Amino acid sequence: MRKITHVGIAALTAFVVSTSAMAETVTIGLRSEPSSMDPYFHNLGPNNAMLAQIFGKLIDWGPAMDKLIPRLATSWKAINDTTWEFKLRQDVKFHDGSDFTADDFIFSFNRADGYTGGNSSFRTYTKGKTVKKIDDYTIHIVTDGPYPLMPNEMTSILVMSSEAKGSGGDENFGLKAKDFNKGIATIGTGPYKFVEWKKGDRLILEKYDGYKGPLGRPWDKMVFRFIKSEPARTAALLAGDVDMIDNVPLTDIATLKSNPNVSLSQGVSNRVIYIHMDQFRDQSPFVTDKNGNPIDKNPLKDARVRKALSMMIDRDEMVDKVMEGVALKAGQLLPEGFFARSPNLKPEPYDPEGAKKLLAEAGWGDGFGLTIHGPNDRYINDAKICEAVAQMLTRNGIPTKVETMPKNIYFKRASKGGPDKTPEFSFFLVGWGSGTGEPSSPLKSLLTTYDKSKGHGASNRGRHSNLKMDALLVKALSTVDDAARAKLLAKATEIGIGEDQGIIPLHYQVNTWATRKGLKYNARADESTRGLDLVKSN
Amino acid sequence: MTAFIIRRLMQAGVVVVLMSFIVFSGVFLVGNPVDILISDEADEEDRERAIAALGLDKPFHIQYLLFLRNAAQGNLGDSFIFEEPALLLILERMPATFELALFALLLAVVVGIPLGMLAGLRPNSITSKAIMTGSILGFSLPTFWVGIMMMMLFAVILGWLPSTGRGPTTTFLGMEVSFTSWKGIRHLLMPAINLSLFKLALVIRLTRAGTREVIHQDYIKFARAKGISSSRIILVHLLKNILIPIVTVLGLEFGGLVAFSIVTETVFAWPGMGKLLIDSIGMLDRPVIVAYLMMIVFLFVVINLVVDILYSILDPRVRLQEMKA
Repeated sequence: MRKITHVGIAALTAFVVSTSAMAETVTIGLRSEPSSMDPYFHNLGPNNAMLAQIFGKLIDWGPAMDKLIPRLATSWKAINDTTWEFKLRQDVKFHDGSDFTADDFIFSFNRADGYTGGNSSFRTYTKGKTVKKIDDYTIHIVTDGPYPLMPNEMTSILVMSSEAKGSGGDENFGLKAKDFNKGIATIGTGPYKFVEWKKGDRLILEKYDGYKGPLGRPWDKMVFRFIKSEPARTAALLAGDVDMIDNVPLTDIATLKSNPNVSLSQGVSNRVIYIHMDQFRDQSPFVTDKNGNPIDKNPLKDARVRKALSMMIDRDEMVDKVMEGVALKAGQLLPEGFFARSPNLKPEPYDPEGAKKLLAEAGWGDGFGLTIHGPNDRYINDAKICEAVAQMLTRNGIPTKVETMPKNIYFKRASKGGPDKTPEFSFFLVGWGSGTGEPSSPLKSLLTTYDKSKGHGASNRGRHSNLKMDALLVKALSTVDDAARAKLLAKATEIGIGEDQGIIPLHYQVNTWATRKGLKYNARADESTRGLDLVKSN
Repeated sequence: MTAFIIRRLMQAGVVVVLMSFIVFSGVFLVGNPVDILISDEADEEDRERAIAALGLDKPFHIQYLLFLRNAAQGNLGDSFIFEEPALLLILERMPATFELALFALLLAVVVGIPLGMLAGLRPNSITSKAIMTGSILGFSLPTFWVGIMMMMLFAVILGWLPSTGRGPTTTFLGMEVSFTSWKGIRHLLMPAINLSLFKLALVIRLTRAGTREVIHQDYIKFARAKGISSSRIILVHLLKNILIPIVTVLGLEFGGLVAFSIVTETVFAWPGMGKLLIDSIGMLDRPVIVAYLMMIVFLFVVINLVVDILYSILDPRVRLQEMKA
């Protein structure tokens, strides 16, 4: 049986090779390689972007993450306080020719929910939910209480075939990650089929002729190559070895812009770069007096001091000089166009005089010393941002030292490096991309009072706490009416950032893709690079 | 000879166990893999589940003992990232690195020995001085910089060679190799030259020094007096004698080429073990890092052993001393 399949695959490959001369192939140089072809293995950007081309989902984001578009679902609505109903498409077939039905979704949902292995983070979207099959093309998802974020969260669950066969075993329905990596179980309904993955080298996808859905299929074959080194990625594009590269280094943007054979595509992302401040210790380890000696009070606990620090940061200069114009000033958690933004929060204008006044008012007119910590390989220009912030603060009477480190060391120390597994740093740079496309995810993780049992404040590394804001968020999370929820979330943001200065937002990241002339990349706000968003520009 | 090999093997065993402790504790100190692996949006409960699933909730000594127990059974652990046996992942990538390292070594020897002999035989000619100056550059220019410059010149400006990656592969002696096709060789050329530059400079200098020393020896003068042709003197009498130190050094350096082709592999996106190691360090994939380092320790131990044996074949005096000892 197995042999026959292999012969079949060999014949198919031979056929593909023989027609590939006519077929249109595109080659894309990616910075980051996915870790698996198993859709529930790791909830990481590179995996999700690659797999969304192979597997379908009920609902997807539009490119700007401002609206939801139907993929495998035709419609969805909350039929009562605890139940969401999804109607499914009836004309969809998997890559192996089998029909897509409610059973496949339920299989996928349960596999994601019960995934055992290195990582279980898709449970973020499945926990507390039960799926019920009503008929082959109708499902209900039941929760304990009202759950407005259901459609948003369903954009993260990829749907695989319930008939996929793997190497057996008790875990994960007998499907191991390697079954997907070899392509045996990699059966989706997406516009592209899995062909081959040579780890560390390339991944090949091929157009699925039977695709039904809203996504385009601009290429017959897509080859993804993994080129981590930044100059090498740029060189590969200039040499014509690849048609597009992602994560164009800022230092290369000017050169590429002046090159007539290259076009750049840019898109603002859902990621805000911000500063956490220690608000839970009376003596903060990296807050000192101006000569670097420890002090027994923590000025960062005072909202006026936090606001003054924010006012000392010249965001225009930051965007212009440090980010070379490729970023947008931030005053809240998400850039313009996203759901539930506050119309009242603007990026803090640079106002050193006002800052000094405010500091004096708070009893810190003489200033104090700080150390800013940050990663140096996680966000665009992260180490340079830290240096610039330190210079701006130093210029305004807060002498600031800089310490940056690789992300694999940084995040451990930032989350749990201190005594009793508390966050170690006092004043430190982090970024947050909201996967749900609205501010509830960053509000819940970054600004609500840290509470392990409720799952609140998991990344609240400054331990900001305001019960009024917590209450607004909790209320918003159970308000199904969009307009009312938007209002509550905006109000919560106004308290957390506007009144409390729980974090200092700096800017929203803008991502850059470079293509050869004649191509255009339709940039996505979720920072993902998908071959199907690369189109001919004329 | 047998006793010699057995003794060396026992020493090697001690080295491997000691290294396993150093490597494991070193990796244990750096970062927390879960912070890298898990999405920002996961809550504390999910984080703890992931920590437990990876076995990271156990204290250090338990983790190390578990590792030793599995290692004794030939299992160096499963990758956190790929959930496949770490050793298998490394072995999968090994042919690419070996191919690169062997080609680099070949280049170093084939180009380096003639150039070195030339420089040694006519030390005052302009060609020799140019060769020696060139070898200084080979030593002192950083690999990644040379790699990027080569890429700019040969791929971007001249367009002769592909910039990065590995060419199409075929199966040769059960391994995936790329040097069997012209396209594959074109991909191999730049990274191999890049990797070989340092070794090339080394070979040139060793050969030159050896030649300068041997050329004045009595047996060369005697051979000359006997009227043997100078090409035979150089290719047989001289070459054979200068090869001994070169073989020793290259043997050790080959281990270095395999283990530390990391920079070249990263710059040229060559899918070998070095790139796997760098990616694994970035993602804190501890089992792969540990398995890789353990394998490198093993590799060096084996190479040293082979060099010792080869050396004794090339130089009979070594064998005699060893037997007496």
